[in-house]
Amino acid sequence: MAGFESDHRSEEAHGSVRSYTLGFVFSIVLTVIPIAIVRNDWLEGTANAVMLMGAAVLQLIVQLLFFMHLREEKSPRYNLLSLIFGLVILLVVVAGSMWIMMFNQVAG
Amino acid sequence: MASNHSAEPALHAGISQEEHHDHPNLEEMRTFGFWIYLMTDVLIFGTFFAAYIVLRGNTNGGPGPAELFELNGIIVSTFLLLASSYTCGLAVLAMNKGKKQALMVWLALTAILGAAFIGLEITEFTHLVQEGATMGTSAFLSAFYTLVGTHGLHVCIGLIWMVAVILQLASKGITPVMKRKVQTISLFWHFLDVVWIFVFTVVYLMGVS
Repeated sequence: MAGFESDHRSEEAHGSVRSYTLGFVFSIVLTVIPIAIVRNDWLEGTANAVMLMGAAVLQLIVQLLFFMHLREEKSPRYNLLSLIFGLVILLVVVAGSMWIMMFNQVAG
Repeated sequence: MASNHSAEPALHAGISQEEHHDHPNLEEMRTFGFWIYLMTDVLIFGTFFAAYIVLRGNTNGGPGPAELFELNGIIVSTFLLLASSYTCGLAVLAMNKGKKQALMVWLALTAILGAAFIGLEITEFTHLVQEGATMGTSAFLSAFYTLVGTHGLHVCIGLIWMVAVILQLASKGITPVMKRKVQTISLFWHFLDVVWIFVFTVVYLMGVS
């Protein structure tokens, strides 16, 4: 009984062929859409950047949920917390650098 | 951790109950430690992305992203890495079902796809250098080679690591320690795919559009 239970649990905790294939299909779709946008010049400027980054962020979420099993983590969710911490620092560094350099008169 | 109050017989019981997740066991702690390392890697790539975004306009009179990048080859390598992320997941599934042979085949396939990705990247870099776009040409290219090269280096290390894990699996089989090793390399591999998605988007797609 105990063996069956733990088998069941470990299978649940590490996804199935279905969830991996679903994640793979989502990733392909989220890669093909931005390629199509760029290839056909559908969008320009800010709309282009927002769509491309949006697709990339969605694909990040797909990989985290379907491939890296962030969804099944039990509390306390230290993996999720450290990820959020990392992403906050990442945003501060990237967005902060971009913001500051907008006012760089030397580089123009 | 769970077994530090127990004598030797209980220690064996502790090993057979490894699948019970009531107490954090050592292998789970190690996987979590590796996750923390991945978060520090997020910061490394974050700073390189920041440098690239800030410097991508500074071409010093040399070629810019739109003139340099060949999107076709990059799209192929993107799908190679995406497929390898999938096969790596299938390897973990095979491991959870106790299928050693399938696990090794999926891991080997993942490594082959990763090697093809690196092959394409080396081809691209040599092509760029032959066109005169070296690391010293402009601030844009310095930031470009640092960012993309660091990712490529990670993939190379992942390849060596994966071959080592396959060899160990051949001799040791699926033990709790080997399970953790496959678990960590698969986390590393998925992480590299995620980083590549952003390289592909920020450097290549936004570079040519």
